[in-house]
Amino acid sequence: MENTIAIIGGGVAGMQAALTLKELGMRPVILEREERLGGKLNTWDRLFPTWTPAREVLDPLLEAVRGAGIEVRLGAAVEGVSPDGRGVTLAGGERLAAEAVVVASGFDLFDARLKEEYGYGIYDNVITSADLETMFREKRVLTADGRVPRRVAILHCVGSRDEKVKQNHCSRVCCITGVKQAMEIRELYPECEVFNFYMDMRMFGPGYEEIYRQSQEEYKVVHIRGRISEVSPTLDGRLQMKTEDTLIGRPMKMEADMLVLLVGMCPARSNRSLAVSGNLSLGDSGFFAAADAFRGNTRCGENGRIFFAGTATAPKNVGESLNEGTAAAWQAYRSVKGGASW
Amino acid sequence: MKKNNWAEYQKEIADDKYYYVRSCIRQNFFPGSEAAFLNILRNELGRDICDDPNHTSCTGIGYHSDIVPLETTMAVIARQFAMMTEAGYENMVASCITSFGLYSEVIDMWEHFPETEEKARENLYKATGREFKKPKNLAHASDVVFHHREAIAARGKHRLVNASTGAPLRGVEHIGCHYAKIFPKKGVGGSEFPYVLAGMIEAWGGEVVDYPERRHCCGFGFRNYLVMANRGSSVANSKKKFESMAPYKPDFIVANCPGCAMFLDRWQYAISEMEGVTYGENGGIPVLTYEELAGLVLGYDPWELGMQMHQVPVESLLDKMGVEYDPGAKYLGRDGKYIGRPEDTALGGCSRC
Repeated sequence: MENTIAIIGGGVAGMQAALTLKELGMRPVILEREERLGGKLNTWDRLFPTWTPAREVLDPLLEAVRGAGIEVRLGAAVEGVSPDGRGVTLAGGERLAAEAVVVASGFDLFDARLKEEYGYGIYDNVITSADLETMFREKRVLTADGRVPRRVAILHCVGSRDEKVKQNHCSRVCCITGVKQAMEIRELYPECEVFNFYMDMRMFGPGYEEIYRQSQEEYKVVHIRGRISEVSPTLDGRLQMKTEDTLIGRPMKMEADMLVLLVGMCPARSNRSLAVSGNLSLGDSGFFAAADAFRGNTRCGENGRIFFAGTATAPKNVGESLNEGTAAAWQAYRSVKGGASW
Repeated sequence: MKKNNWAEYQKEIADDKYYYVRSCIRQNFFPGSEAAFLNILRNELGRDICDDPNHTSCTGIGYHSDIVPLETTMAVIARQFAMMTEAGYENMVASCITSFGLYSEVIDMWEHFPETEEKARENLYKATGREFKKPKNLAHASDVVFHHREAIAARGKHRLVNASTGAPLRGVEHIGCHYAKIFPKKGVGGSEFPYVLAGMIEAWGGEVVDYPERRHCCGFGFRNYLVMANRGSSVANSKKKFESMAPYKPDFIVANCPGCAMFLDRWQYAISEMEGVTYGENGGIPVLTYEELAGLVLGYDPWELGMQMHQVPVESLLDKMGVEYDPGAKYLGRDGKYIGRPEDTALGGCSRC
């Protein structure tokens, strides 16, 4: 029990927090609901803005966790957290005592079936950005009947900034993901046309704007400001999309072989039970609300022993999640060992 | 299509004891449909359905045309509910999609703004001395046919199958906008992939056509049609649908809205006159109401169902289904007297009669 810090979630933020705590002489225990560490990054192929293979980020983390002898419990879903941060309750009722808790429980991908007008789960060639990453990893980006796509449309903000599905927040990383995936398709099939349909292009990170420009100038990706309103099948197995180019104020109808839905980040389903049990606050979006948005964004309160890392509090990219893992670990360490509160 | 989402949007549909509210216009366009509905429920399925001569229009057309104020509409609908309550029923069934949408809308408004319900109750009481209970169950008549579709299939004399080849007939289902586009959860299957008519087609042996403009409005739209200057827009919308569905070679269209069935039928004639273009293999795609389709499945005489009043001749569908009919009786009224016949058109209509 002494020096034990329970870390809920074994994604990049959770692993980074564990590594930092271990280095600080604590006993981190990673509680991961899935059967392997790594979280969503396991399913991703390459990362923006550098085209770095996801494995090149993930594997060193996994190796370090193994090498450091950090205790990892897989298949360990956490159902409750003590309000004082002195332990967690696992599914099945087992209680793990701890001196502090780091909540790095991540996010869920938006269920694209909820936007029925796009036909995900109904039309074969309507896929999500996560499905496309799997295709990239398997080196097989083809239509359901095995054809090389001649035209691909990528739709931004599916399950983000959308009041109708109660996802009012911006998922932040989808814009750059859409640009990255468009360029990857063009790399793979130079003859394939790629269209990005967007609301706004939010290129907030270093190098993002440059890639966005590169996608247009070098990769000839076409970006159209407008939402797709509905998708239907055509007689020859393609998809017909209705949209509007809002910059020129003209409705459009377009056919494509494949439609990629850039699905947003949703608060993890486990947030609610953790919030209720631990007396934690959730923001309007359903992500955890940190103590404040500036100096306390990895803390849940002034003097508590529960801390947040990664996308538990809001959509973030991989780098930001890793940084928060370190920050939350330090906060947890100081809450147990004492020390200056910055 | 990989699968339907409709299973996630099942609505409760009462099984018996219905209070029926008719459409203002359907009996002019498709004169046998409402009678067929009542006959099917009462005599085929043994259900209790009240056809009350004292009920009125729901005001839908006037409401959507901005000539009837909301308060008036609420008072009229309150009266409809009062008639139902007085007759001893709790399950309301609307023949018209606009009525169904408007009843749903008013009930929803009353839930969100209870003071408007109180006002409607007060207005109704002052004007008529009546009081009412809200329906326990509100359904469109197509919901009710959907609910009983298997029972209808079991009693059916025909199936939606080509009698010569055994191949399923291909049906375009067209859903009225006010069925589920206002309140998706009030419709079987929701608004994007409604199943209410598709379920009938499948239960009766046919195959549903999913074509690019399936969800597009028929073009009726009150302002499209009621404002004469906008009628070009109405035709254009229907034309867009016909051009989209024609390559799939549908054998028929079935609709659950008075306006949709009317305009998808009549505009085929208008387009043939305007542009010399017809759709379908036989000079036009027959357009049916769901009651007519159910009636054919049950073996009713097509002329008893009023199908001689269609602009697009239905004989091609009757022949495919193997329905027996008397061509000579097509234009004889119920009293056996000749009711006149429309002139030949580019649709080939009466030259085939």
